Amino acid sequence: MSVHPNKASQPHAELAQQFNKDEDRVNWHDETLWWIRQKRDKAAWSVPEWEWLRQTASDIKAHVLSNMHDLLTQFEAQALANGASVHWAADAAEHNAIVHRILQENKVQQIVKSKSMLTEECGLNEYLHEHGIDVVDTDLGERIVQLAGETPSHIVLPCIHWKKEEIGELFHQHLHTPKGNADPQYLTGAARIHLREKFLTRNVAITGVNFAIAETGEVVVCTNEGNADMGTHLADVHIACMGIEKLIPQRQHLGVFTRLLARSATGQPITTYTSHFRKPAPGRQLHIVLVDNGRSRQLGREAFRNSLKCIRCGACMNTCPVYRRSGGHSYKYAISGPIGSILAPNLDMRKHADLPFASTLCGSCTNVCPVKIDIHEQLYQWRQELYKEGLAPKGKAVSMKMAGWLLGKPALYRLAGKAARTVLRLSPFVVKNSLNPWYKQREMPAPPKQSFSEWYAKNKKA
Amino acid sequence: MRVALFVPCYVDQFYPQVAIATMQVLEKLGCTVEFPPNQTCCGQPMANSGFEDQQAGCNRVIVDAFRGYDYIVGPSGSCVLHIKQHLNHEDETTAAQIRSRVYEFTEFLTDVLKVKTIDARFPHRVGLHQSCHGQRGLHLSQMSELVAEPFSKPEQLLHMVEGLQLARLDRKDECCGFGGTFCVFEESVSAKMGKDRVADHERQGVEVITGADMSCLMHLEGILKRQQSPIKVMHIAEILNGA
Repeated sequence: MSVHPNKASQPHAELAQQFNKDEDRVNWHDETLWWIRQKRDKAAWSVPEWEWLRQTASDIKAHVLSNMHDLLTQFEAQALANGASVHWAADAAEHNAIVHRILQENKVQQIVKSKSMLTEECGLNEYLHEHGIDVVDTDLGERIVQLAGETPSHIVLPCIHWKKEEIGELFHQHLHTPKGNADPQYLTGAARIHLREKFLTRNVAITGVNFAIAETGEVVVCTNEGNADMGTHLADVHIACMGIEKLIPQRQHLGVFTRLLARSATGQPITTYTSHFRKPAPGRQLHIVLVDNGRSRQLGREAFRNSLKCIRCGACMNTCPVYRRSGGHSYKYAISGPIGSILAPNLDMRKHADLPFASTLCGSCTNVCPVKIDIHEQLYQWRQELYKEGLAPKGKAVSMKMAGWLLGKPALYRLAGKAARTVLRLSPFVVKNSLNPWYKQREMPAPPKQSFSEWYAKNKKA
Repeated sequence: MRVALFVPCYVDQFYPQVAIATMQVLEKLGCTVEFPPNQTCCGQPMANSGFEDQQAGCNRVIVDAFRGYDYIVGPSGSCVLHIKQHLNHEDETTAAQIRSRVYEFTEFLTDVLKVKTIDARFPHRVGLHQSCHGQRGLHLSQMSELVAEPFSKPEQLLHMVEGLQLARLDRKDECCGFGGTFCVFEESVSAKMGKDRVADHERQGVEVITGADMSCLMHLEGILKRQQSPIKVMHIAEILNGA
């Protein structure tokens, strides 16, 4: 519970093993997310043209990725014409510095921020904290993990790993609610009062961006809580932070994505609020920060470029049987689950070398994805890439080389197979021990006296 | 029709009865079945671990073993899919031929032999495990993620078996967690996924878990045996062979 995900250094498998020590909790986590997957299925089936929508969304994003330069300059020109300020950030450090500079220019020490995975990716909260700025996350789930000193474990459901009783205790400590009160409605009310004061007193609001429309220069922000609107309407300065891949060409394309986004994310037909921010009100400021942070590099990787189609719905996490049983923090990256596992290695291959292996390649993610990213194929491709870059574990490399060599020699393979089966039959302790991960929770298959090839040679070859 | 039997390495070594059943069903359905003796593995353990180039030996063996057959049929969706997607050899004509002629056992029965009846009896309550690579890779069954007409080739065949009662699962196509080397490198999640699959079948009161991929069944069998469960695993070929 107290793991700060970005600081954990153990590989995914180890963190997942820790998560699995409490099996009841794993069951609860799995069932909660599976319930959301089922809600998503129901919502998807309510739209007969669902698969057409997915293909269309994927195609629109393919067009965006092939025309990034033109669309970005079009967006910038429109946004400037609307009276917004546009800032370009090559990486996370530049992004954080730009935001800090805007705060300094406005002499502001305290701000509110609604949900933005980009700012999580850039580590903005930590950076601003180090520079003496107080940031209050206003999304309820994000506020919960922030009070607990954690980061979100899920991009749509930041505190999905917290039980309501634990939130009751956290609120008791921080918001002085009565001890033992875990009534969700009561706790939400308490958070509302707590946040209302922040909304009223803070003069800068940061938001993320779900879609940026090149044609009009406007940004679109989707929330369920209305916290982005509350923040921006009460502040004189709105800073909207977005990855450059958030673009869509025209307003007419937006409906394709809003029909897919909430249905894929939570099974709702649409988010409660879909707010368009086009120009600042008189006397106010609208800043749009366009962030690359590795996206251009990913765009140049043929096998991985369409990972940039992602609209951050989280459906791949909810469906992933590994994510549901290992928890978001085991991925040690702002974006966890299958999509995080193909995005993170682009930023730091060495640091995230374990993530492409946190999958059985079952392919559920690819087929639930509203923009049809071939996630499991990319996981496979990242594994090849890591090996080429020399980042595969040495022991694995040696054993795989040996296996590949042996399996290229049928006669030797048959001999080795027979020898291994004989050893297993006569000295089962060789594998039935604690050093064999298979044997920890599973019995070994019983080795037969005859392989099929031996049987065939005796019984069939005439 | 000359059919080559493709027997994946772990089936050859640990589950000879599955290969025998596969062969016998095909023979009963009128195929001339040959088992090219020099075969080993599809190469998946190396490739899925990131060492695609280390499967070159396997590719050579596959091309030599299966050259010239009308069809190549194997009792494992995952290995068949791997050959279909990743068989790579300097003799590209033969490699391409093999990639297009290799079939998983159940799809060969429904799509090529177009089997309408099967002479088999199995008076038991059975749960079908949908293996992911067969299902989502080879489209043996419709996946629950898509808004699309449901179908299932293995189920179609099981419905032809006299006395067989097919159970409905709570999660009809969730991964069992085997995942090749995943089963040892991510042991805790792999075992938990397997335990959860087994529990679903238990809740439906099945006597036998079947499927078109022996690797998933090997993993589930390991868990069932550890739990001393009376539930058995059987490859679908064993059931279709009359059991």
